Amino acid sequence: MLRIENLTVDHGAIRALRGVSFNVEKGQLAAIIGANGAGKTTLLRTLSGLNKASEGQAHWNDHNILHSKPEKLVRHGISHVSEGKSVIPGLTVSENLELGSLWRRNRSESAKSKKEVLELFPRLGERLSQRADSLSGGERQMLALGRSIMSKPELLLLDEPSLGLAPLVIEQIFQAIRDLTTTKGLTVILVEQNAMGALKIADVGIVLNLGSIAATGSAAALKDDPAVRAAYLGF
Amino acid sequence: MFELINTLLIGITAGSIYSLMAISVVLVWRSTRVVNFAAGGLALASSFVGAAILEKTGSFWIALPIAMVAGAVFSAFIEYFFLRPLLKRSGDKGAEIFLPIIATLGLLGIIKTILNYIYGDRVGSLPPPMSDKGFVFSGESIALSPMRLLILGIVLLLMISLTLVFQRTNLGLSLRAASFAPEISRLAGIRVDFIRTVGWAISGGVGATAGILQTTNGSGSVSPESFEFSLLLVFGFVAAVIGGIESLIGAVLGGLTLGIILAIILMYVGGSLVFIAAFLILILVLLLRPHGIIGAKGGRRA
Repeated sequence: MLRIENLTVDHGAIRALRGVSFNVEKGQLAAIIGANGAGKTTLLRTLSGLNKASEGQAHWNDHNILHSKPEKLVRHGISHVSEGKSVIPGLTVSENLELGSLWRRNRSESAKSKKEVLELFPRLGERLSQRADSLSGGERQMLALGRSIMSKPELLLLDEPSLGLAPLVIEQIFQAIRDLTTTKGLTVILVEQNAMGALKIADVGIVLNLGSIAATGSAAALKDDPAVRAAYLGF
Repeated sequence: MFELINTLLIGITAGSIYSLMAISVVLVWRSTRVVNFAAGGLALASSFVGAAILEKTGSFWIALPIAMVAGAVFSAFIEYFFLRPLLKRSGDKGAEIFLPIIATLGLLGIIKTILNYIYGDRVGSLPPPMSDKGFVFSGESIALSPMRLLILGIVLLLMISLTLVFQRTNLGLSLRAASFAPEISRLAGIRVDFIRTVGWAISGGVGATAGILQTTNGSGSVSPESFEFSLLLVFGFVAAVIGGIESLIGAVLGGLTLGIILAIILMYVGGSLVFIAAFLILILVLLLRPHGIIGAKGGRRA
């Protein structure tokens, strides 16, 4: 499981996260919602090793994950799909996927993962030799997710996968994320502006406000909480 | 007509060597976003290694690969011990962006000073390993000699190997990914710092080849203050910029274009204008096609 205690992160003089603590059980999908600047992206970037923590602890399966480099954390099963369809435009779809499994140094395992990804997102299969920058927004998000799955993660950190996508595509992506938790037993931390959509598929929800936790609970309970509704769901 | 063909042959040979230097510059630029003026110094130092090995063994075919390895080691050393700590400390604000460039200029000076200290007035000798007498066609000697063929062959072989490495291997995929998007590559599990050192090493090996070929194609000897190497560095940079600084194919085309144009100017206009002509071409390209002759806007190629 993921255990986070008193996590504090500073960007220069600005304190982006203030003593955040929460746990996520293995196999759970946790949605992290909150306004712009609440510290959601900072939280993910700290968990994947891109940002440095000033204080606090974070453990994944009893392994201390703070102060490690991202490329090392990947080898511990943590995979971060950063904001804005994180694919490499100059590489082909196939190369983007293979990139995720290079560190495993196992051709047959990689080929197996690739097959799984293409079953999950058949549209990528039709575009394997195309450059990633020729894909639509939804396809790019699928590719970013696919690349992440190629590294055989146990903990997926997803930063706003719905950003800039059409409602139908969002539904498709969210469904795929839900499937990854249910069928493959992945643990997922899903950061979203689209709070309603995220809470619909999540098991638990965490509301961040100005770097602190404002509310936590089961996703269903948060969805019906009048205060959360008013502040983050817009009705 | 005969004269024109000869001029082209001379231009293509010289240009293929500039291409190698340009590739050396491009590889470092792509891996760390640093304009590496030390590349000229590294090529020079590696050529001295080549000359020393040639003196000991008498074989060009032992000297060349050892010089390439030496260039790779020197270059990786510089990346690891100088540039990496420097880039970790320097930011991208204000004057700090000039730090790496000034550092590589400084390194160029340091390398030359060390070579001067070791060699003083002595020169390293790298005579052509094959005949540089032109083949004879219908009684006239053309500007294509076994040595020139050898140079073209080595350059071609190196380019094919590089293309295969970049396009067909996991290392190549890592190198391309890390140069396009270091952060995403890290998140995908690529050891970007290590890959950058490898990029510098390959650049050093290619630069060493350029240095040795430049010497054998020119005066046959290498000195710490060699003018040939200053030309090589400058023309390599110009070729890299003409090719769009991002692209290996661009570097090759840039080198060949520059070599041919300079050979034509040398033959039909005058030797004193060659240096100025190179800068004129550079300025024209920057004005008319700032992304280089093959760099499509925004599109980077391998």
